[in-house]
Amino acid sequence: MGIVLILIFIIAAIVGYFIINKVPTLLHTPLMSGMNALSGITVLGALTTIAVVVKDYSSVLGTIIGILAIVFAMVNVVGGFAVTGRMLRMFKSKEDK
Amino acid sequence: MITNTVYYIISAVLVLGVLLGISMMSKVKSANSGNTLSAICTLIAILVVMYNCEILTAWQAWLGLAIGTAVGVVGAVKVKMIEMPQAVALLNGFGGLASALVAILTIEQTSKAFELYVGAIALVVGFVTFTGSVVAAGKLHKLLPQKPVVWKGHSFISALVIAAIVAAVVVCPECIWLISVLSAFFGVVFAIRVGGADMPITISLLNSLSGVAGGIAGIAVGDVLLVAIGGVVGASGLLLTQIMCRAMNRSLISILVGGKAKKPVAVQDKAAQESTKEETVKDEKASVGDILTSAKKVMIVPGYGMALAQAQSMVKTLADKLEALGAEVKYAIHPVAGRMPGHMNVLLCEVDVPYDKLYEMDAINDEFSQCDAAIIIGANDVVNPAANTAEGTPIYGMPVLSASDAKHVLVCNFDDKPGYAGVPNPLYEAPNTIMMLGDAKETVAELISSF
Repeated sequence: MGIVLILIFIIAAIVGYFIINKVPTLLHTPLMSGMNALSGITVLGALTTIAVVVKDYSSVLGTIIGILAIVFAMVNVVGGFAVTGRMLRMFKSKEDK
Repeated sequence: MITNTVYYIISAVLVLGVLLGISMMSKVKSANSGNTLSAICTLIAILVVMYNCEILTAWQAWLGLAIGTAVGVVGAVKVKMIEMPQAVALLNGFGGLASALVAILTIEQTSKAFELYVGAIALVVGFVTFTGSVVAAGKLHKLLPQKPVVWKGHSFISALVIAAIVAAVVVCPECIWLISVLSAFFGVVFAIRVGGADMPITISLLNSLSGVAGGIAGIAVGDVLLVAIGGVVGASGLLLTQIMCRAMNRSLISILVGGKAKKPVAVQDKAAQESTKEETVKDEKASVGDILTSAKKVMIVPGYGMALAQAQSMVKTLADKLEALGAEVKYAIHPVAGRMPGHMNVLLCEVDVPYDKLYEMDAINDEFSQCDAAIIIGANDVVNPAANTAEGTPIYGMPVLSASDAKHVLVCNFDDKPGYAGVPNPLYEAPNTIMMLGDAKETVAELISSF
C-alpha cells in the first residue's frame, strides 16, 4: 500500500506540473493562493486521525490536537479559496467594463 | 463505511475535478469557476472522508470545521489586497502546522514502522513549513527585518540542525517533541536569512513544501486523495519556484543561503551630484508635460515601490489621462516584480486596470524601442541594463525589461540608490532619462498634472 501511495504522489506531481505550466504569469498570484488553499486538504488527514481518536481511544490531548489540526487546515482551505475567488473577481478585461 | 474500491473511485473523480479546476485557472475567463470547482471538490472530499470514517456525528470534527471555516471566512473578507503576500504566507503556515499535527497523531496511533517513519517525515516538513511561513509572513508584514538576517556560522548551524533532524527521524521517529522543536527551529533558520526581494521565491517554495507535507501525511494515514492533491500542490509550488529563479537568474540554493556579497556598490559623491541634478530636473520638468502630451505609445513598468507607496490608483489615473489624449498605454510586468509571483497584476487589477493591458516581459520587451515613453514606478533591478553588461554583478544575466530602449524614460522611484541587488542603475544616468525622485504617489501625481 505504501509503495502505491508513493507512486500516486509522484504521478500526481507530474500531472500537476504539466497542467500548471499552462497558467500565465498574469494569474500566478491566484494560482499560488489556490494551491495554497488546496494544501489545506490535509484536513482529510486530520479527520481520519481524529476518527481513530474518537472511536478507538478517548484521549483528551489527542482530541485537542485533532481539533486543532482540523481548525488550522480548515482556515487554510476556506481562507485560501475565498481569497483566491476575491482576487479572481478583480480581473476584468476591456470588454467587461 | 464504504468499500475501498468505491472510495478509490470517488477519490479519482474528485482528483480529476480538482485537476480540471486547476487547468481552468490558465484562462482568466474560466479561472473563477475553476477555483469554485476545486473548492466544491474539497468540500465533497471532506464529507466523503467523514462518512467513510464514520464521524459524521462526531462533535469534535464539526467543532473544528466550524471554527476553521469561521476564521477563514472572516480573515479572507478582512484582508486587504496589499497584505496578500503575508496572508498567503500565513495561510500556508497553517496548512503546514495542520499536517504536522496530523503527523503527531499518526505517530501516536501507529505501531507499523512504515507509518511511523513516514509520519516523522511529515512532522518535519510540516513544522519547517509552519515556522518558515510565519517568519516569511512576519518579514512581509514588516514585523521582522526585511533584510536577510545572517547569524554567525549560519550555514554551519543549518547543516547541524539538518543532521540532527535526520538523526532523530532515523533513530527515534517516535520522539515527537525533539523532532518538532528541531524542525520548527530549522524553519526559522532558513527563512530568516532570505531577503525581502527574494520573497517571491521563498513563498512559492513554502507553498510547495506545504503540499509535500500534506502528501506525506496522506501516505502516513493512507489516504489516496490527500496524497494525490499533496503531489499536485507540491509540483505547482516547485514549478513557480523554478520560474521565479529563472526570472532572477539565480539558483535556488544561492537564494536560500542568502549570503549576498552585496554591499551596495559605492553610492557616489552624492552631494555634488545632487546640486547639479536639481537644476537639470527643473529644466526637464517643463518637458515632462510635452513628452506625455505628444506620446503615442507609453509603457508603464511597476515595481515593489508602487505597492509600497500604494500608488496603483494614481497610476491608473495617469494611464486614463494618457489614453484620453489618444496614447496607447501598456503595462510591462517583470515576473519577480513585487513580493510574490504575479503581485503587480493583482494590485493593478484591483484598481480596475483591464488585464489585457498587462503584459509579461517576453511578450512586450521588443516594444520598448517603439514607445515614446517608459514610465517606471518603483522598479529598479528589473529594468537595470547592467544585467546585460555588468559581468560579475549579482544581476548579470538576469532577464530585464529593456525600458532603456524607450525614447524617453521617466523614473518615479523613491531614490536613486542601487536596488535590492546592490548594483547601480546606469539607466538613471542615461541622457533620455528624467528622474522624479520621491514617494511614487506624489511623483505620479506630478506627472498627471504636468500635461
